[in-house]
Amino acid sequence: MKTLSLPISKDDLKALKAGDFVLLNGRLLTGRDAAHKRMTEGLKDDKLPFDINGQTIFYVGPCFKDGKITACGPTTAMRMDAYSPALYDAGIVATIGKGDRAKEVYDSIVKNGGVYFVAIGGAGATYGKAVKSFETVAYDDLGTEAVYAFDVKDFPVIVAIDGDGNSIFQK
Amino acid sequence: MSKVYFDDVVNAVENLVHACSSLTPSCESALACALKAETNANARFALETVVSNNELAKRENLPVCQDTGMAVFFVEYGQEVNFVGGDFEDAINEGVRRGYKKYGYRASVLNPINRKNTGDNTPAIVHTRIVKGADVKISFMAKGFGSENMSKLYMLTPSKGIDGVKNAVLDAVKQAGSNPCPPIVVGVGIGGTAEKAMQIAKEELLRDVGEQNKDRVLADLEKELLESINALEIGAQGFGGNNTALAVHIGKYPTHISALPVAVNIQCHAVRCASCRLEGKA
Repeated sequence: MKTLSLPISKDDLKALKAGDFVLLNGRLLTGRDAAHKRMTEGLKDDKLPFDINGQTIFYVGPCFKDGKITACGPTTAMRMDAYSPALYDAGIVATIGKGDRAKEVYDSIVKNGGVYFVAIGGAGATYGKAVKSFETVAYDDLGTEAVYAFDVKDFPVIVAIDGDGNSIFQK
Repeated sequence: MSKVYFDDVVNAVENLVHACSSLTPSCESALACALKAETNANARFALETVVSNNELAKRENLPVCQDTGMAVFFVEYGQEVNFVGGDFEDAINEGVRRGYKKYGYRASVLNPINRKNTGDNTPAIVHTRIVKGADVKISFMAKGFGSENMSKLYMLTPSKGIDGVKNAVLDAVKQAGSNPCPPIVVGVGIGGTAEKAMQIAKEELLRDVGEQNKDRVLADLEKELLESINALEIGAQGFGGNNTALAVHIGKYPTHISALPVAVNIQCHAVRCASCRLEGKA
């Protein structure tokens, strides 16, 4: 099991291989369908309200109770496939979701030297425990679909697609 | 005439939705069984995680999964019952509104055109059937959409026969691949009309996971399809191994001489269902 600090450095990125178990520590950004639509529109207009360079995006729409996150497992990454190549091109280095990705995303990850991690779908309560604090970063009106920054400790993921385009998925 | 009151339905539904904080006992057993037999290391990790996640959710009263679903109800409404105090579906929705807020479950429901969230996870999906009797049975299913998005409807021609049915189910599972959070439960509806087949496929997901089908022909078909699906080696979370599905549940209904509808509705490994019966009061 490797431990990595966020944002992930270029050297750390290069060393990741499909199948590696990794614990992430530091700041993640969240975003799912609605936020991705806005982010890509923002990129076109050069009006992105936050810096995505070097960032890791976790595909999640959390549950909240009494100001705390109670469950935050990954959502299906496939739905973000339409947006991901543009975002890797624009500087994000990693994404976290569940399930396999489209060929275009594999190509973009190889081209940009990025990575795609998977977390275990349906284990929302477990991932909630790894989030130490959070704040809203953008698109507050989207509720659970807003972009949040999570401060995570020992957040467990598996390298699903590495920078060479190798994958853990059964083909 | 016996009576069921608006507030009784609201309270019952508010309690039912708490099903989002634990897996059903039959789902728990099926996952434990799957883990025992799994040899693929990554798939074992996935299964261990979902099993321990359920223990955590139960212990600390947390949602098992952040996708607490669209609230789907199947109601068997006794025809001798007079409903008092308002509109029946309003009562269901009020129970959903209160329960999802009380337990901090996600508001995932929105207008499909402008994508504006309703903010309280209503409206629910309510399937009501009028039956004999003086009570009301309400069954709740929290249906996540990672799996719901993988639903398929095949309007086969009669010439495709039973092999066509099997191929359709396998095709739906293959196309779903790693997306619906396998190991899955595969709900299948054969016959009826397009919407009837889909409804049967969904309702079959209410059965206890792996419960023996009362129809012997369907029971055999379920067994055969479960073996074929697990031979696909999609595996837990798509990581490979022999646990792609926990169970196949099939229901049927007579259909038209021109048709052979086959509907597939997939349930993720997090089966969250509950039911209750409200006795009519004199």
